[in-house]
Amino acid sequence: MINVMALFSGLLFGFGLAFSGMTDPANVQGFLDVFGTWQPGLMLVMVGALLVTTLGFFWVLKRPSPLIDSQFYLPLKTAVDKKLIMGAIIFGIGWGLSGFCPGPALASLVYGFSDVFYFVAAMIVGIGLENIMSRRA
Amino acid sequence: MFDVLVNAFVGGLVIGLAALLLLLFNGRIAGICGIFSNLFLPQTKQRLWRALFIAGLLTGAWACHALTSVAIPEQPIRPLWLLITSGLLVGFGTQMGSGCTSGHSVCGIARFSPRSFIATCTFMGAGFVTVFLLRHIAGIV
Repeated sequence: MINVMALFSGLLFGFGLAFSGMTDPANVQGFLDVFGTWQPGLMLVMVGALLVTTLGFFWVLKRPSPLIDSQFYLPLKTAVDKKLIMGAIIFGIGWGLSGFCPGPALASLVYGFSDVFYFVAAMIVGIGLENIMSRRA
Repeated sequence: MFDVLVNAFVGGLVIGLAALLLLLFNGRIAGICGIFSNLFLPQTKQRLWRALFIAGLLTGAWACHALTSVAIPEQPIRPLWLLITSGLLVGFGTQMGSGCTSGHSVCGIARFSPRSFIATCTFMGAGFVTVFLLRHIAGIV
């Protein structure tokens, strides 16, 4: 059941990304291009998504546990530290360079464009490098 | 233009619903880089639901183009070094900063997490600066 719901949530998420135009990197870079012809699309995606999650999460998290698992798995870190800021800056630079963030890039794999495969392959290498480095530190 | 903005808002509602259902049923945050990266890390225990979520992500995007009039986006022509650099930075940065647009912006802000709010402002700021340099100074893409 956990697996069925994960699949269903993924389906909806992918549908939403494609429908909202977020699998088009031109829309994402258009949003980030505040000094060019700015495109507000990504902002409206955020407003729509946050409308549902802000109200919904407040209601869901009042429950003692989720419906089909024993506990909520929420992030435990609360400190705003150097790692968070540095990581966000590095991610933001990468995001701006191509207009891809992980969700839309993975969803776009289904289009079969070679560009997306190169990006995702490099992303996996980046994930691996960070984990190796943070384990050494 | 108006249709594009309506689609963006409606698509956002659907994304929010997907995140809400994953939390309500499975108790999980729909942070895509976390769900995806844990597929590769040796210490991960539950891999199947993660793989199915990602499979759903691809299938959902495909279904959207098959079922609605939204066209498959054309890919802008970009140099390979730019795609590779971008992918490396996105993978590295989202791991280091514990999240991306879905985990921090869609889910974290909804939980009123100060970490997620600050991360979102930071990566958007870095994105604004990068696109400014890329398009208006370097003149690429």
